[in-house]
Order: sequence, then C-alpha cells, then structure tokens
Amino acid sequence: MSFNNLDQLYRSVIMDHYKSPRNHGTLDDPESVTVSMNNPSCGDKIHVSLKIEDGKIAAVKYEGSGCAISQSSASMMTEAIKGLSVEQAHELIYDFSELVQGREHEDDLDLGDAEALQGVAQYPARIKCATLPWKALEKGLREAIEEQKEKP
Amino acid sequence: MDIQAIRADFPILNQQVNGHPLVYLDNAATSQKPKAVIDTLVDYYNNYNSNVHRGVHTLGTVATNRYEEAREKIRHFIHAKSTKEIIYTRGTTDSLNMIAYSYGRARLGQGDEIVISPMEHHANLIPWQQVAQATGATLKYFPMQPDGTLDLDDVQKTITDRTKIVSCTHVSNVLGTVNPVKAIAKIAHDKGAIMVVDGAQSTPHQPIDVQDLDCDFFAFSSHKMIGPTGIGVLYGKEALLEAMEPMETGGEMIDEVGLFHATWADLPWKLEAGTPHIAGAIGLGAAIDYLSAIGMEAIHEQEKKLSDAAYKMLSEIKGVTVYGPAARAGLVSFNIDGIHPHDVSTALDMEGIAVRAGHHCAQPLMKQLACESTVRASFYFYNSMEEIEYLANGIKHAKEFFGHVF
Repeated sequence: MSFNNLDQLYRSVIMDHYKSPRNHGTLDDPESVTVSMNNPSCGDKIHVSLKIEDGKIAAVKYEGSGCAISQSSASMMTEAIKGLSVEQAHELIYDFSELVQGREHEDDLDLGDAEALQGVAQYPARIKCATLPWKALEKGLREAIEEQKEKP
Repeated sequence: MDIQAIRADFPILNQQVNGHPLVYLDNAATSQKPKAVIDTLVDYYNNYNSNVHRGVHTLGTVATNRYEEAREKIRHFIHAKSTKEIIYTRGTTDSLNMIAYSYGRARLGQGDEIVISPMEHHANLIPWQQVAQATGATLKYFPMQPDGTLDLDDVQKTITDRTKIVSCTHVSNVLGTVNPVKAIAKIAHDKGAIMVVDGAQSTPHQPIDVQDLDCDFFAFSSHKMIGPTGIGVLYGKEALLEAMEPMETGGEMIDEVGLFHATWADLPWKLEAGTPHIAGAIGLGAAIDYLSAIGMEAIHEQEKKLSDAAYKMLSEIKGVTVYGPAARAGLVSFNIDGIHPHDVSTALDMEGIAVRAGHHCAQPLMKQLACESTVRASFYFYNSMEEIEYLANGIKHAKEFFGHVF
C-alpha cells in the first residue's frame, strides 16, 4: 500500500507536533487572556491563552481537542509567534492563511514548522482545520489589546 | 437484487476519485440520484416549466397535474389517508419547524411538557428548545440505554399527564437505532399527547405506514431518498393540520383576500405559501416510482445485509469502536483508537471512499457517547458487498499509516 498522497499532508513534523504538543496548557497569569474557538462543522476546539507585554507576545499556550491538522497547527503556531510584536503576529496570521490556501505569500516572514502545513492547500475541506488556531489567536490579540486599553 | 444493473442507473457512481473508483458511503447525509429522477427535472424545465394552480394555459395545467400526481404518489408511499395530509416543505427541518411553530407555540404553555429522545438530530431538537423558551413549557428527554436504544418502561415513566408533545426520530442518524415509534405513539396517546416522528432516516430505507404507526405528524426529506434537494414532506392527521394556522402566508395559500383580512385555502395548499419547488416535487414523485419498482422490502433487506456485514467486519478490527446497537439500520458509526475522525476520513477519501466525519448534527448525543465526533459510513441499496470490504480495508490502511507516523 502506498501512502504517497497522505504523506504529502501528514508530514512527519506535523505528526511530531500532534504527538508531542509544544506550549500545551493555559497561562494562569492574571495579565493573560484566554479565548476559545470551535469549528461548528466538526466540533474541533481550541483555547489560546496569551500575554502581551510592551506590545509583544510574551507568553502563549494552547489547549484543545480535534484532528491532527488543527492540533499540530496550534502547536506550531505557538512556537512561531512567541516574542513577535502584535503587528508582526497579525502579518503572520495573514501569511499562514495565504499559505494553506495555496496562494502567494511573503517569504521573509518565518512560519517555522508551520510551513509544513502548506500541503493542506490540496485538501480544501481541511483548510479550516489548519486555520482554526490562528483565528483564535487573532481574536485573542484583539481582546488582549482591548483589555489593555481599558486599564487606567 | 441486481446491484450492477441498479448502479448503472446512477451516473455519478461511475467515476474515479483520487485515482480510485468512488465508494459512496455518505447516504445518511444525502443519497445519489438515478437518471430517471435527473431526467424528470430536465424534462420539467425543458418542456413544461410553469407555475402551478394559477394560469389556465396548457403548460400550467400540465405542471399542476404532475405536481399533484406526485402528491398522490407520496400519499400512497407512506399510506396516508388523503392527499390533504401531504404538505410539501423544503425538507425535514422545515417540516419539524412548521410543527413546532404552528402547533407547538400555539398550544403549549407553562407547565406543559415536550418529550424527545437524546439521539435527536439538531432539526428535531432546537425547534423544541425554541418552543420551550417561547412558551414556558418544559423540554424533557427519554433516558437512553448504554447500547443506544430506548427502553419502553423508561418511555412510560417519562411521558406524564402534562406531556403535550412527544417527538422522536424513527432511525438515529448516528447510531442506526430503530426506535419503537409505534409503541411510543401508543403511550403518548394514552397520556393525551401527540406523537411527532422524524422519518428522515427511515423513509428512504423501509416501508412506511403512517396509519399503522398512528403518529400525528411525520416528517421526511426527498434528497435522502434519491430525490432532489430542497423538497420534503410534512404528513399530519387532517384534523390537526386543519386546526393549524399557517407559519407562512402570501401567495398560493389564500382563499379570499381583502384590504385588512384574508382567508385560507383548503388543505394542503393552506400550508404551502408561495411558488413551491415544482420540479422538486415532481422529481420526488419520480424517485418514489423508482424505489417502488424495486420495492421497499427488498431495499430494506439489501441494506440489512450490508449493515450486518459492515458491523461484523469493523467490530473485528482491533482498535475500532463501533457505536450503537447490533440490530441497526444501514449505517455504522465508529472511531479508531488514537486517530481523529477527520484524519480517518481524509485517509479514506484518498482511496475514493466518501464517509462523514463529525458530530452528525447531534452534539448532545456525542456528549453522551463521550466522544466529540465519529466517522460514519451509511449505506443505500446501490452499495455492494465489495464496497463494504473496501471500507474495511481502507480502515486497516488508515490504522497502518497513522500507526506508522505516530
């Protein structure tokens, strides 16, 4: 049995993140925000906690349940965005979305291991799995900024 | 049953997907259409497209006749007393909402109860949540046995003198459980409640006799029974439909209209506002002709063979959990240890096998099964035993692949 097609999607780096998730858990720092997002069509869930300090992502963790694509994407995302400014993180979110939809993307941004998810472009039904954690991050960044603005 | 001859009637089945012959096992989501049904739609639009019950011109008469002939075919197919009891809707969801809105909201109040089962599709769950919220009625659930069946003693205990509506699926779209809706209807009636049956997963696969079931309402969809999408049926006992106010008003459903008041047309048209899905209704009639020519008993037998074989084959694969009772309708929901249903589904898709992965519009049931989602293979009479073997092999390959990369 040849698994050539499946190998293109489920690269070993993806399966490694699925099996050994990085930055797994929740931040219990009172300065952090946690957002949840789910994919109503399949039930995948992602919770992203993050802390912004001096305009930069100082800490990020995730928890969730779902397929290898959504969960590994979350793990790879946390590695790629730690230490970035909020603006850089937004750029990376856009970049990742373009990548998994098979569109041109900026090469000077570093997606790290998440680059391995480019194979998803060949599986349109799975693009939403890959982008779910990134959408949660986007929401988290907005909420974190709002919260900081509200503080005296 | 000559499966190969039947398959030749379904053009879509003869194709390669990802380099493999298509194995379509997502029939509980929607079924494929035979050429006879497709040709009926084309014939309508090519040759006699006209609005119904309006003009006096020739094409309008042809369209109206065919549209009403289809209603008679449906009546006969489910053994209703009269075509007045056959209301065209957009599908099961629309039918159930119509009951909830026009019957439920109008008649329920504080202290009344609605009872449903834990294995309802969202279409037979959320409308009742809405009715309960709007009227102050209480929504209750039958308990479910660990194997995914209902126990009639539990049913007896759950339905009380306060229960006004019992609504239950005939066949579970997740577990394949066949519920004893006739017995439940009897219990409901003894307590003075009405019985609603969601027939979306039963009508395509077995003979239906609404008078024998003695249900008060019965809902089903065309697209799951080789007919077009966008059309379905609400069956209701005439007296109940007669007493119901229409959920939608407008064209087609009126008798006389004045500046400030209007009166309604007779049944069934009273409950069919606006230009209906004419081609769809006629197409559903063609689907019923096709199914009836094969025979619903024969279809049921064929699917039972497929389902029994699939249940046995999948249960024997190490690491595979099959959900629901052994005695089941033509579908199998399962999970493979350590592999998410979406990943299983992608692996099967690579071999041309179409299955459904997800919560199957039954999130509360998933919670009860203690899983977030399952893979579901669902069969129809055009599926072959070879396809079931193909599925079992596909599952073994998926296990091998993910076992290897993990």
